[in-house]
Amino acid sequence: MEYRQHRLKNGLNILAECNPQAYTSAFGFFVRTGARDETSEISGVSHFLEHMVFKGTPNRSAAQVNLELDEMGSSSNARTGEESTIYHAAVLPEFQGQVVELLSDIMRPSLRIDDFETEKQVIIEEIKMYDDQPPYGGYERVMSEFFGKHPLGQSVLGTVDSVSGLTPESMMSYFEERYSPSNICFAGAGKIDFDQLVEDLDKHCGQWTPFSPGRSTQTADYRTGFVSMHKPNSHQQYILQMAAGPSSTQEIRFATAVLCSIIGDDSGSRLYWEFLDSGLAESAGMGGYDYQGSGAIMSFICCSPEQAQENLERLAKLQQNIRKEGITQKELDLAKRKIASHIVLASERTNSRMFSIGAQWLSEESFKTVAEIAAIYESVTLDQIHEALETFPLDKNMTVTVGPCENLVAPQ
Amino acid sequence: MEQQIFHHTYENGITLVAQPMPWLESAAFSIAVPAGCQYDALPQRGIANFVCEMVQRGCGELNSREFIEALESLGVDYSSSASLYNTNFGGAMQAAQLHDALRVYADVLQRPSFPQDQLEDGRLVCFQEIAALKDDLAQRALQKLRTNFYGAIDGRNCEGTLETVQSITLSDIRNFYDQHYRPNGLIIACAGKLDFDLLQAHVGELFQDWQSKPDPIVSTAPSTHGIEHIEHESEQTHIAIAYPGVPYSHEDYYLNRGAIGVLSGGMSSRLFTEVREKRGLCYTVFASCHTLKDKGAVLCYSGTTNERAQETLDVIIEELQKMALGIKEDELRRLKVQVKSGMVMQQESCRGRAGSIAGDWFHLGRVRTLDEVNEKINQLTVESINEYLAANPPQSFDIVTLGPQPLEFEAHGISATQA
Repeated sequence: MEYRQHRLKNGLNILAECNPQAYTSAFGFFVRTGARDETSEISGVSHFLEHMVFKGTPNRSAAQVNLELDEMGSSSNARTGEESTIYHAAVLPEFQGQVVELLSDIMRPSLRIDDFETEKQVIIEEIKMYDDQPPYGGYERVMSEFFGKHPLGQSVLGTVDSVSGLTPESMMSYFEERYSPSNICFAGAGKIDFDQLVEDLDKHCGQWTPFSPGRSTQTADYRTGFVSMHKPNSHQQYILQMAAGPSSTQEIRFATAVLCSIIGDDSGSRLYWEFLDSGLAESAGMGGYDYQGSGAIMSFICCSPEQAQENLERLAKLQQNIRKEGITQKELDLAKRKIASHIVLASERTNSRMFSIGAQWLSEESFKTVAEIAAIYESVTLDQIHEALETFPLDKNMTVTVGPCENLVAPQ
Repeated sequence: MEQQIFHHTYENGITLVAQPMPWLESAAFSIAVPAGCQYDALPQRGIANFVCEMVQRGCGELNSREFIEALESLGVDYSSSASLYNTNFGGAMQAAQLHDALRVYADVLQRPSFPQDQLEDGRLVCFQEIAALKDDLAQRALQKLRTNFYGAIDGRNCEGTLETVQSITLSDIRNFYDQHYRPNGLIIACAGKLDFDLLQAHVGELFQDWQSKPDPIVSTAPSTHGIEHIEHESEQTHIAIAYPGVPYSHEDYYLNRGAIGVLSGGMSSRLFTEVREKRGLCYTVFASCHTLKDKGAVLCYSGTTNERAQETLDVIIEELQKMALGIKEDELRRLKVQVKSGMVMQQESCRGRAGSIAGDWFHLGRVRTLDEVNEKINQLTVESINEYLAANPPQSFDIVTLGPQPLEFEAHGISATQA
């Protein structure tokens, strides 16, 4: 296993974990851009652009892009979030050159008008699909309520109105403000010929013109409150709660991740015993959402409408108790065992290594190997856990509830 | 990549089947107990699922909490579920813990304590699983479709209903366990960094005292083919279509699998191209092979806004019917690369392999090695697939739609009374 990196003259970063023993290779372009980099007029453009990237270039039609990805037997996809857009493909190592050329080419999309209008319909279908799926816009709502006017409160999908109003021109100007090679990293993992990779990327991407896209990473002014969304034809009630959490570069994020596992893992955690083992909820969990400059810890419960008010009270009480009485050494030890095991399992997937490398670059971290990350989690102490609890009080939160209940109130 | 599959069937009928994956540091198991929801008596629908919940609420020396803690201290990422034929228990972990994890499950399977004080909590968990299905509109449409297509037993969901689960008593649960949890027909599949000889001795020791039992009788129920609409005020109309396929064990399986791969295997597949890429009608559209032991189906799904649902349905049906005219050389070429690539990628996950091996053993009584699957894929030709498609054209569609309005079928020569 060898970690390699290189920076092209125009600023494009190339990072790879080369493992000659691997049977596959995974590659991805990681772009530091997402919903937080949009204005309200172009809300949803990052995600729409992600779709348009697969719609062809001066060298290829949309259909050709799809054909070639399939011809390599690639497993490819893309995703857009609040602060990142990722394009990735896993292939057998013999396709390295071909897939790198294709990915590089599609990163300079044509945005042809016919493709643009057809794909706009797909995006609208995607928005409508999520409208039918739990928690029915609850995630977007809790993000916007919690982050307030901070750009992290902006929706990734946008709305039917904002997406309908987008044009190839407005998308192109967004592209030209965000897709600078210096704002992009190419990450790879698996069986990789790194020298060849650098040579190929230099050939395909070396002429991309660099510029300096900005981003404000000022810490959000987190808001607290309680919001009820009425959704009469939902069967279950959904509770989403956000409290302040560590940003993606704060040291305390490791202890916070362990804390989230202790409180909110899907098995054996405090929430598990309170809500899942007892059958008081269909699902319950807690996890960290870390971003540049800001972060959140989200708790989630799905339960019957009849049980919702009591569960809100139980959740509040559980959070107060944890703050008062803390976490036990036994809980910490069990969580560490679990995390260590997850790290080993994830490290065996080439794709997940590629994501880890790219994600580390996105958050401006220095690169850490699997062993280094495992060692950090192993070293987390009870004191650090309690420091995380004090720094990020869970009971100071924004709660959004969605479902048939009309009279839910914030727990006292 | 050399692939070795080992297996051993013990005297009491348990089969251990394993694939060493020495390049990994992890290991996984997948246990299939022949106690699926096909055995649920009608008034007790959901009981296999309830028993699956209850055997994990205290076993051997462990109470409910100690059981979870035992798994956590071993770092086991575990799961369980009831399915039609089997109740499944799975786990993945660092390789050194595999034997200890199996020791815990030896208690789950042979020595559950069924504590009275866990019964109502367990029942509530089962209620939650029933509730979970209600807000998942795509699953609701597909579930109803499976019930119509396969009939009320083979096409059932394992959760049962609130009423049936409410009526189940602790003694019902004990009876179901006593009758159905048995070593004969039970499969323990393992994959990852493991030594088969040691594993075989260990599993033998853990389960040697378990006596085989007679296989219970399975009932059958007729299908209710046709078209059904479920009215629901939703943003999208959910369209689910089924037609006859072949089971995994059938000699034509890979012919059908190949055809469906062309229809829905990648970004250049027919459904994705025609429904989404060219017309922008939906975000999700797919067709897949679904298999039971002795029969199979092709299941298709798409979710699309109500005003475009009719067009979406029309295009899907047209594409399905067009399959009878055959596939092309380049389509098959892409499919072959995809299938092979997918098989190599599966080798990165011991969890995936353990699940596949258990499934192979259940359906075939042996495991298809990578080489064998590779050969079957290599043997596929445009002629052989087209011959299959001409003899078995997609037809006799069962359809379930869920949304505010029913759709029209006459244009396709399908009437609501087709059944």
